[in-house]
Amino acid sequence: MDNNIKISINGQGVEVKKDTSILDAARQIGVNIPTLCYHKDLCIAGNCRVCVVEVAGQKRLSPACATPCEEGMEILTNSVKVRNSRKHIIELLLSEHNADCTRCYKNGNCELQKLASDYKIMTSDFIPLVPFKHYTIDMFSPSIIKDDSKCIRCQRCVRTCAELQGVSALSVAYKGDMMKITTFFEKAMNEVNCTNCGQCVIHCPTGALTERNYIEEVWEAITDPSKFVVVQTAPAVRVALGEELGFEVGTRITGKMVAALKRLGFDAVMDTDFTADLTIMEEGTELLTRLKGVLLDHDQNVKLPMATSCSPGWIKYIEHMYPEYLGNLSTCKSPQQMFGALAKTYYARARRLEPENIVSVSVMPCTAKKFEANRPEMHDSGYRDVDYVLTTRELAIMIKQAGIDFMSLEDMSYDRLMGESTGAGVIFGATGGVMEAALRTAYELVTGREVPFQNLNILPVRGMEGVREATIRIDNPLKEWAFLDGVELKCAIAHGLVNAKKVMDAVRSGEANYHFIEVMACPGGCLGGGGQPIPTSPEIRAKRAAAIYTEDENMPIRKSHKNPEVIKIYEDFLGKPLGEKSHHLLHTSYTVRKRY
Amino acid sequence: MSNSDQLKRADFIFKNENDWEDILKKNIKRSQQELINELISSELKGRGGAGFPTGLKWKLSAEAESDAKYVICNADEGEPGTFKDREILSLVPFKVLTAMAICGHVIGAKEGFIYLRGEYFFLKPRLNEAIHEFETYCKTIHVDFSIRIFMGSGAYICGEETALFESMEGKRGEPRNKPPYPALSGYMNKPTVINNVETLAHTYTIFKYGAKRFYDLGVQFSRGTKLFSVSGDTPKPGIYELELGMSLADFVNDFGDGDTKAVQVGGASGFLVPRKRFTETNIGFQGKLTGISLPTGGSMMLFNSSRSMFNVLDNYLEFFREESCGQCTPCRVGCQQLWRGIKAVKSGDKNAQYLDKLLRLAETMQLTSKCGLGQSVANSFSSIVENFREEMIY
Repeated sequence: MDNNIKISINGQGVEVKKDTSILDAARQIGVNIPTLCYHKDLCIAGNCRVCVVEVAGQKRLSPACATPCEEGMEILTNSVKVRNSRKHIIELLLSEHNADCTRCYKNGNCELQKLASDYKIMTSDFIPLVPFKHYTIDMFSPSIIKDDSKCIRCQRCVRTCAELQGVSALSVAYKGDMMKITTFFEKAMNEVNCTNCGQCVIHCPTGALTERNYIEEVWEAITDPSKFVVVQTAPAVRVALGEELGFEVGTRITGKMVAALKRLGFDAVMDTDFTADLTIMEEGTELLTRLKGVLLDHDQNVKLPMATSCSPGWIKYIEHMYPEYLGNLSTCKSPQQMFGALAKTYYARARRLEPENIVSVSVMPCTAKKFEANRPEMHDSGYRDVDYVLTTRELAIMIKQAGIDFMSLEDMSYDRLMGESTGAGVIFGATGGVMEAALRTAYELVTGREVPFQNLNILPVRGMEGVREATIRIDNPLKEWAFLDGVELKCAIAHGLVNAKKVMDAVRSGEANYHFIEVMACPGGCLGGGGQPIPTSPEIRAKRAAAIYTEDENMPIRKSHKNPEVIKIYEDFLGKPLGEKSHHLLHTSYTVRKRY
Repeated sequence: MSNSDQLKRADFIFKNENDWEDILKKNIKRSQQELINELISSELKGRGGAGFPTGLKWKLSAEAESDAKYVICNADEGEPGTFKDREILSLVPFKVLTAMAICGHVIGAKEGFIYLRGEYFFLKPRLNEAIHEFETYCKTIHVDFSIRIFMGSGAYICGEETALFESMEGKRGEPRNKPPYPALSGYMNKPTVINNVETLAHTYTIFKYGAKRFYDLGVQFSRGTKLFSVSGDTPKPGIYELELGMSLADFVNDFGDGDTKAVQVGGASGFLVPRKRFTETNIGFQGKLTGISLPTGGSMMLFNSSRSMFNVLDNYLEFFREESCGQCTPCRVGCQQLWRGIKAVKSGDKNAQYLDKLLRLAETMQLTSKCGLGQSVANSFSSIVENFREEMIY
């Protein structure tokens, strides 16, 4: 059956699939229609009306995003009627918006600003509406700032929070001129079930939702001669930072990033990959211990499936939504927090530094990491383990502020002691990466052989489907793991909390019998994190993922337990995985939270 | 075009409903096609204001394939100046229930809902009693159709059919994008016939007396009778059933107080007609008639010379800036700008030319708003500003 239909756009004939929207049809032939409430990750809303077009024979204009093409449609995307209406709509949005652009964190990266510029809204005599509304800025969350005066009510954040995350911390309240995006009972963002994932931030077209930035605090620490500032960078930062600094999406700029951090004046530039590998040692051992507890010792107190604990958005989500499963979370801290605890103990001792003079900074693809660093239990070094968390975006801003010509930088390497990367650490940045890294190590620890996949690439756990499952059968294990002989290790991977919900509901109902679950709060995992460059889209995330797997393949060492610095830290400092020192510094506990 | 004869009063809607059992029994035995044809040939158009042909609506839903379909009676009567649906539900509820069940038979729906305006909560107990009696009878004649009342919470926008579905589905009452239209994808994304209370009551008339009797009333393109809620500066406020197609001049002759300077036809979302246009204006749906035809949901507000049209418009716009759902830009912000705009002109903060800018804005709202609310705010605004510009300024 022929499912194609013929339409014309601005006089140009085009054949499209049935049910294609006018917006997509126009894009197919290179006709750009401006949008605001539209986002590729989200359902169609048709709220902003910026994308209206004229369809011949119809009295009213149609939103291009929400109108399906019909046979014979004649569409005008740039008629006088369309242009005048569009200008009016932009003017209206500006009248309701705090358009103090020069003092906005999103200045230069705002979709409304760009539209206003494209359509040259030079003056508007509409009455400014912001002064009537008595807005206050919600700065209570350590991760996210919400400024209603800059909100254009496109509901992208609302749809993000509901559709990608299944959290709905943000929703629409009131009607008419009072209509706004808010939280349960208009509580502050830190008092509701917000996971701090920051997906709302990267989906917000204006400055209404931004990350809480710690740029000035970090500058101050760097320029304070009495402070020794160590910085760690997460795996997903190196495949995205380039986007903010002039490189193509998916360019790996690890060496330049390290060089830039040194130029900025950080005293030691190290790699979260190191503690990612350490996490694998601890978490892999924990998984094997739990398997032993359940399968061999039949200990009722040992919980399976075990779930990963690297993603702080996921941790807060499960604390709110599935508190009865907190015992299933790995007790391992996230790599960021392991790093923080070791920076002020192991690193301080080795470098003969006073821990109180160390300022520990991390660069993360994540806004929830800011919350995580703030958790009261994260003081195992005797100090606050991580002092400041910067997002990928904030680091890019610092590089620009410092006047560094990023593109011309020579590659440099991470500093030693906690700077060794492995391929296993790098793939933490992609959904399924922790699982893959853990399996590479756990399988080898148990059997003495490498995982039975070509070139260590455990392809079944990779990809972008919301929930993925994989099974690895263990045959001929080493003697001490004999109880695992013939056991099929069942794994599930979920990214985006709406998918985490699916997995947890399957666990709760008993229909799933996984041993090991990896959850990343953000779509695509950390590479799609809430702290990453804006915009985001499925294509952009796929390119970042490809960059991560290429980085992995180019690494000389690709298994966590082969990281020489990890081997050394166990010899010199920690003893053994799940040992007493590890337990004190590298493991944590969780909190039951309310559901609103 | 009607001449200046007297208004043609009618009495169908409120005439006794004691025969509802017979009407139901008789029509439930007729074929779907026959009933649809009857409705189509009556040329009944929806009485909520938009005027979509009712027979066609039923036909589209009947032809849609689905495991479930719904019939919804829209009793979210919120247009300022209308109060007719309340009377129908109070006085002749069985007509509405019967019409819903026949519609269920036609389209293949087993469930019906009455979406009752929050402010009409007092009607609920009596209506529930009627539903109980109705369903009991249905069982005896093996009609498998149930009706439930869904209480609205008092948002004007929920009278918009897709916002009403959202509200019924437990979500925020915000209009959906169209297409898809309710006949194919309505409540729970299933084919749904949604009719205004009065429309359903008229189908009862048609099923009782036949399409011809209904068709013979009114004028071309505007067949049948219509209930009018008459209010304002009139010695005879109330609800009247009149044939469609009357001229506004006749209407004012009958209902005015002798000093009528304007009539707002169709409530706050309708049009204001100044005295000089009474004769050329007919009340009914737009067709190829000479003169101007104004559709209406039934609200007729009369204003005499003691009224300030600025105050009237101010009142309407304040209503809209509150009752817009706030979802789409032109309606949410447009309503605020129109409202604040006329105040600014009145106080001298903006000059009189600003009204022209607002008129262009009103046009944009009409062209680009997502639903009928935003599209129709412009009606009262433009017609009042154009006809009583001087009252906006001084």
